[in-house]
Amino acid sequence: MTAMAEGTVRSGQNELKVTRSRRNVAWSGLGAIVVIVVLFLFPYYIGPGTLGIMVQALIVLTLASMWNLLAGYAGLVSVGQQAFFGLGAYFVLIPAMHGISPWLGLPIAAIAAAACALPLWWLVSRLRTGYFAIATWVLASAVMLVIEQIQSIGGGTGMPLPGLTGMDPAVLTADTYWAGLTVAVLAIGSVYFLLRSRVGLVLTAIRDDERAARSSGVRVGRARLLVFIVAAGGCGAAGGVLAIQQLQVVPGTSGGVFSVQWTAEMAFAVIIGGIGTIEGPILGTAVYMVLQQTLQSYNAWYLIALGLVAISIALFARRGLWGTLDEKLNIRLFPTGYYLWGPGERRGRRRKAAHAE
Amino acid sequence: MAWVNAVIQGILTGGLYALFACGLSLLFGVMKVVNLAHGDLATVAGYVGVGIVAATHMPFLWSVPLVVLVMAVLGYALQRTVIQAAISRGELTTLIVTFGLSIVIENGLLQFFTSNTRGQAIGDSFTTASFSIGSQIQIAWLNVFIFVLAVVVLLALQYFLSGSKYGRLIRAVADDREAAQLSGADYRHVFGIAAAIAFGTVALAGMSYGLTTTIDPTTGTDTILLFAFAAVVIGGLGSLWGTLLGGIILGVAQQIGAQINISYEQLGGYVIFLLVLVVWPQGLTSRRAQS
Repeated sequence: MTAMAEGTVRSGQNELKVTRSRRNVAWSGLGAIVVIVVLFLFPYYIGPGTLGIMVQALIVLTLASMWNLLAGYAGLVSVGQQAFFGLGAYFVLIPAMHGISPWLGLPIAAIAAAACALPLWWLVSRLRTGYFAIATWVLASAVMLVIEQIQSIGGGTGMPLPGLTGMDPAVLTADTYWAGLTVAVLAIGSVYFLLRSRVGLVLTAIRDDERAARSSGVRVGRARLLVFIVAAGGCGAAGGVLAIQQLQVVPGTSGGVFSVQWTAEMAFAVIIGGIGTIEGPILGTAVYMVLQQTLQSYNAWYLIALGLVAISIALFARRGLWGTLDEKLNIRLFPTGYYLWGPGERRGRRRKAAHAE
Repeated sequence: MAWVNAVIQGILTGGLYALFACGLSLLFGVMKVVNLAHGDLATVAGYVGVGIVAATHMPFLWSVPLVVLVMAVLGYALQRTVIQAAISRGELTTLIVTFGLSIVIENGLLQFFTSNTRGQAIGDSFTTASFSIGSQIQIAWLNVFIFVLAVVVLLALQYFLSGSKYGRLIRAVADDREAAQLSGADYRHVFGIAAAIAFGTVALAGMSYGLTTTIDPTTGTDTILLFAFAAVVIGGLGSLWGTLLGGIILGVAQQIGAQINISYEQLGGYVIFLLVLVVWPQGLTSRRAQS
């Protein structure tokens, strides 16, 4: 306190200032644009094989960002996100069977998966933590069983995706990559802007003390519903990208779009990267891809390794890789909190100050 | 008559589901842990049983207590190390750790035993013997045996929790951990004992399931965990006999679904599960409903 008071006297200012970040946000904003432009230009420089791996990474990145929003910000640990992922794949397939371009099917998949989240939320909204987790898992299983009963969309065996046959494979791979990149950028962008909005404040209030938030009139249920719907839409779009990449939709729990492995991958990427930060899922996806590419010739070993790494990080470094980095360096690429500047404190001047987020 | 048969078969299957569910229910009741690896651990028990019989050629029934013992020791060890560490770090960590275990176990089984299905080789006489009532109802002795086993396990659990010294300790720790600790109870050891018992029932569940049908690495999550959870939700949390009721309702709903159309078996069970979730979110026999 005395240090602050001295600062006030010296500079002659005494009002407090609140900003989003301790550093200038313009630089990280510019950095984000540069990264997106570089990623956008990738297909002109790298081969289709690498591009295919990148599409996979972008799918996992989208899923991880959505799961992070659910579990990291809204406290909804869902183990049933494969339901929306699979539905998204089918909502690209079904319009394509009626002559609508699969590219146009992507926004349809996002909206339709989000719409499906509404009735499903009604079923699970009263459950908390562990029971919510298994209930979403049961729902995903039930959704799959219903889809497998519909013979016109392939029943239990699945269907090839029409509408893209005859395209040059190289062009198709590049287009798929751009679609995946757009979905991932939109997903991360919507998480960022959602958290900076009023909803972000509501979610922070719930995370810190749900009962206090409730008693101050915060509509806890509505904020959670919004997050659940957004996450369903994002996972649906990612499922659509997978349908386009594989040029087919296969249901089923082992290897299909309704496999719990999708949720495992997104959850583990988030935990490894750092839950509750926007940067975490990005870093986690990178770790996931490295493990997956290194161990891919050993079948399921990458999932075993990923699971073991996620368990150790959950136990010994709860904030994940990004959280650990952030603790040491205090960097935020996507500032969503607030920083309270002491009177007279200015950007660039090095001093110890209270950290309010 | 076919419908009566469906109901009878459903009730008997319900015993198996109650056996699946009581370990899950016990762990949640005592330490508020929802063990997402529950089903996969049952599958592990099934594989251990197959392995022991194949390696030592001992009769199947002799291998049962051995597998139960192995799983109970594993349960105690896991609880004292990984699960306890997770509990002390919060609910999210507990979910992540048990979900991680589930994925690691499932893929580990896939890696070492491939996705081929396996069954307990115990000879035909026991697994296929049956008796019939009238001309259309045929009841397998195996299903009757598993139902009786489930009832015996539930009775033993109830007797243990209400009558024995350790049972009282477990309930004391579940009710108020701090107070129990102040009275000299080492809650970590008590949790370990509870986990050992839960894993013992998991072993029985996995081996019983291996007798009725074949198991493969994905059985644990696709069938055992989800059915166990459905039985717990239908029956109501924290009630052992509610779990049996939940299992029976789930089993009957599945058999009736299968009677309508063979591919509706699982859906029938989930329809009842969702119905209960909407209409009686506390379950049919929850404590709140009774009081």
